[in-house]
Parts: sequence; structure tokens; C-alpha cells
Amino acid sequence: MAEKRATREAYGAVLIELAKAGRDVVALDADLASSTTTAKFGAEFPDRFFNVGVAEQNMIGVAAGLAASGKIAYTGSFAVFATGRAFDQIRNTVCYGNLNVKICPTHAGLTVGPDGASHQALEDIALMRSLPNMRVIVPADYYEAAAALRAAADIDGPVFVRLGRAAVPVVYDESHTFDLGKADVVAEGGDVTIAACGIMVEVALRARDLLAADGVSAEVINVSSVKPIDAEALVASAAKTGHVVTAEEHTIQGGLGGAIAEVLSEQLPTPMLRVGVRDMFGTSGPADELLIEYGLTPANIAEAARKLLD
Amino acid sequence: MQTTTDIAQLEAQARRIRRHIIEMTGIAGSGHPGGSLSAADIVTALYFSVMKHRPQEPSWPDRDRFVLSKGHAAPVLYAALAESGYYPVEALGTLRQLGSILQGHPDMCKTPGVEICSGSLGQGLAAACGMALAGRMDRAPWRVYAMIGDGEAQEGEIWEASMFAAHYKLDNLTCVLDFNGLQIDGRLEDVMSIDCPSEKWRSFGWHVVKIDGHDFVQILAAFDEAKRTKNKPTMIVARTVKGKGVSFMENQVGFHGKAPSEEQMKQALEELATE
Ligand SMILES: Cc1ncc(C[n+]2csc(CCOP(=O)(O)OP(=O)(O)O)c2C)c(N)n1
Ligand SMILES: [Mg+2]
Repeated sequence: MAEKRATREAYGAVLIELAKAGRDVVALDADLASSTTTAKFGAEFPDRFFNVGVAEQNMIGVAAGLAASGKIAYTGSFAVFATGRAFDQIRNTVCYGNLNVKICPTHAGLTVGPDGASHQALEDIALMRSLPNMRVIVPADYYEAAAALRAAADIDGPVFVRLGRAAVPVVYDESHTFDLGKADVVAEGGDVTIAACGIMVEVALRARDLLAADGVSAEVINVSSVKPIDAEALVASAAKTGHVVTAEEHTIQGGLGGAIAEVLSEQLPTPMLRVGVRDMFGTSGPADELLIEYGLTPANIAEAARKLLD
Repeated sequence: MQTTTDIAQLEAQARRIRRHIIEMTGIAGSGHPGGSLSAADIVTALYFSVMKHRPQEPSWPDRDRFVLSKGHAAPVLYAALAESGYYPVEALGTLRQLGSILQGHPDMCKTPGVEICSGSLGQGLAAACGMALAGRMDRAPWRVYAMIGDGEAQEGEIWEASMFAAHYKLDNLTCVLDFNGLQIDGRLEDVMSIDCPSEKWRSFGWHVVKIDGHDFVQILAAFDEAKRTKNKPTMIVARTVKGKGVSFMENQVGFHGKAPSEEQMKQALEELATE
């Protein structure tokens, strides 16, 4: 069994690392610091950590002011509240001003589990992707989350890093680096491209094994940089395989599948199927059972690939 | 202490700013004269007496910051910035036009001297809190000033930020409430009363000063008192008249977001004539 770690674990740890390296980082949280792990940073750097209470809109506004005054402002909360409750603040103050605010919420997607629909962000990628100046990163695992959180400090402007609650299998190791705007071909193949982000990268790799057993060779691409997106790599892979399946722990409207459909429809129309949540809210349950319930399993991806190849 | 000539100079400056507000909205054919005129004396006091700033060096690190949270009053800010020398006064004639540095609502990326984007009400005070916090972390000498509208104070985020500022004892932050009693759909009392704002902010842990927002002696004294207040942010509750200085605009809901016609512009400028 592969190592399992939650991407959120990287958050507090990387903030500590950045502050120790002398970066002018501050962290804000909205009464979820223990869940998002920013509390760990707060314990080591109390002068650089500010809890705003249950007030996400104010958190984003304060972060904007800190950023306008030279700080690298990281914010924490759950993805539903960070992006939905404070959307107008992110749009009108942070993105319009191109301010150095990092929106790195945890508890994105179905794998939140028992808290249910109110807490399972399934539209946050779509929301953030629609905003000018915003960069959208959906790390595949713990190591990529750490790399992306580090990279965010070097990007001058708004960055969204999507983190999860559940411990999930790792895909990479310590040596992994993150390049904004670059997709990573994690496994090559010639018959079908599976482009995935977040936890679905590991699921896609297992789908690849299922397909291999049928003699189908799948290429798996980690598109953790959803915006800017690596159109070149996607077009190259689509040109090679002629079939594209996308996979995300998010609604299929406006997320990764939407982004890739936009690229391919303009540059290289390619038969596509999107695996994701189909215009529904989430529900309570254990994370692994939810992935089955909503069709986000290796079998679902393999099935989509076979359908395309038929 | 201010001398009477200081005050007379500020009054003259405010009059010039009011003229700009009328002209720029009149030329643009749109914009928000009412809330710009109610704020004119306070904004004049900030830019021409209270704040340390360098118009030739807009990002001078030690400058005091002003956040116009009620961003629709952009004309008063643009006029004060132009009169200060951030950009030529002629630029005011381009308000709201394609390609202008002067957008309908403040844009920090386009306009020298604008500290933060605003226009979506309720957000500026939070940003001002963040600036004040950064200033304190850096032990910087600068102060942060913000202005909110009374209608704007109906936004929940204003109260989130108000809690925050008091909790973190941001005594380098001073906010002005432009208490003109009017919003778009009518009088606050009829639409949604904010009742006794002084008591509200006092109970939120702020130091509160109540003034006549058109009396420079009171305005300057209030900013002075705010500077001397320790461990608490200060809210200056400024009683103002929406449309102040133009007889037919005063206390008129209709001039919240309507530019004067050519005829009205002429009359307003006559009323605001400088000697
Ligand atoms: C979030 C948001 N909602 C609505 C508006 C539209 N709007 C512009 S000004 C205004 C009324 C503001 O009233 P007040 O704060 O009292 O402004 P003033 O009287 O000082 O002009 C409204 C509702 C807005 N700009 N932002
Ligand atoms: Mg008002």
C-alpha cells in the first residue's frame, strides 16, 4: 500500500518553512486553523498569524490590505467558504488589484466525507478559474501541494491552491517540483489520454493499469496547473492518442474538464469524456464510498476510455 | 493649532474639489456627485492637512494610506489626487471614458495614489485593517485612513472588519463614517436604519468622535484626537449633507448616482464660484 497523506498537512509546514527562510509571509485563518493546519504556523510564528474569527469576507479583505503593504498573505478556510462566501472580495479587491494573496483552502471536494454537501466544494475550481489574474493549482498529492505552496510565494499575485482533508495516496516524492503552467506526463501511452488533477491523478494511474490489462495504452497527465493551463502538452498528447478523458473531484462544468474542452475545441477538436460530479451536490458518507457513489473510481475512468475507443 | 488662514485655505481647496466633482461628472455624463460632495471636506482635510504623502512618489513607503471604501465617491478622490499633483488636473475630464486612468470606481492598478480597488461596498475597511496590521508588524510610522458610507455600513463585512480592528487594537487606523443619512433607495431611516452608529462602534470597542463633517475645525480636531488615541481604532462619525455645496443637490436622493445636466452644471459652478 502506497504512502497516504492529506494535502492540507503541507500547508502549515510550508508556511513555517517560508517564514524560517525569511520570506515576509503572514497567515490568516477564519476559525479553522487547526483543520487547515495554519495553527501549526501560528504556534511557531504568533506574530505572523492572525485569526479573524468566522468572517471569511473580512479575512480576504485583510489579506488584500496586508498584500498591498508588502506582505505575502496566505489565507485558510474550507474551500466552500473561502471561494464562495468571499467570492466578491476575491474578485473585486484581490484579483482586480492583482494583489499578492494566496487562497489555499482545505477540505475541497467530496473527500470531505461525513460533513456532507454544505462542506464539499465542487465548484471552487470553476469559480476561481473565471477570475482574471488568478492562478489555479490543484495539487495531486502531499508532495505536490508542498511544492505548489512554496511556488505560490514566488508568484507575485493571486494564487489559488486547492487542498484536501483526507489522507490520499502519494504520487510523487520529496524531489517533486511544481512549475506553474506546466502539465506533467506521469505515465506515457498511445491510445487514450487521461488528464486529471488532484486526487484523481492517482485514480487515473490505477485506471491505466485496468486498461493495460485490456491491451489499451493510456497516457496519464497531471494537470495540476489548471490555470494557466499547459495547452501545448494537452494538444500534443491529444494529437498522439486521439482520445481524451478528463477526471476531477469537482463538477464537470467549468472545472478541469471544461478547461481542457476549451483548449481542444479551439486547437485540436478531439473526442472527449469528462469524469467528475455531474451537476449534483455531494452527500454525507465516508470519502472512499463517496468516490464510488459519484463515479470517481479507476473503473469509471477506464469505462469512459473504452467508450471513447469503441 | 490651525490658524484661520489655514482653515480658509482648506475651505477654498474644498471648493475647488467640489467644482471638479461637478465638472467631471457633468462631462462624463454619469457618476456619483452626491456622496462625493458630502465627503469633500473630509477628503480635503486628509490630503491637504492630515496625511503625509508625496504626490511625486505615490509608492513612498512611509506615506499615510487612504482607503475610499465607498468607492462610488471616486470623483472626490480623483479631484483630491489631481489637486495634490498625482496627475494633471486635465485628466479629470477623462473620467469614465475608454482608456482613462480614472475608472468609474477606484482602480489601484490604473490611478496613481489609489491604494486599493473599491466599488463593491463593504470591502475597503477590511483592506484598511490589513494595511494597518502590516504597518504595525513593520513598526512603520504611517497611519491608515478609511472612509465608509452610512448605507455601506449595512454590509456585514463592515462589522466583521470593525470587530477585527478593535480585537487587534489597530490604533493606527482611523475610519470616517460619512453619515449623510441617504443611500440609493432613500433615507437610511426608511430603507434600513443603522440607528445610533456611535453607540454601535463604541460597543464594538472603537474610540468614537462625533463631528460636523463640514466644519474643518472639528474635522482636524477629530483626526488629531484619533492620532493620540492608543490601543483602539477611531471611528469619526461625521454628520454630513449629501450633495453639500450645491443647493439643488443637497439632501437629494436623486443625485446619488446622477450627473448634472449642462444647465445644472452651470448653476452648480456659479454657486461654487471661487473669488
Ligand atoms: C456590494 C454593493 N452593493 C451595491 C452597490 C450599489 N451601490 C452603490 S452606492 C450604494 C449606496 C451607498 O450608500 P452610502 O454608503 O450611504 O453612500 P453615500 O451616501 O455616501 O453616497 C449602492 C447600494 C455596490 N456598489 N456595492
Ligand atoms: Mg449615505
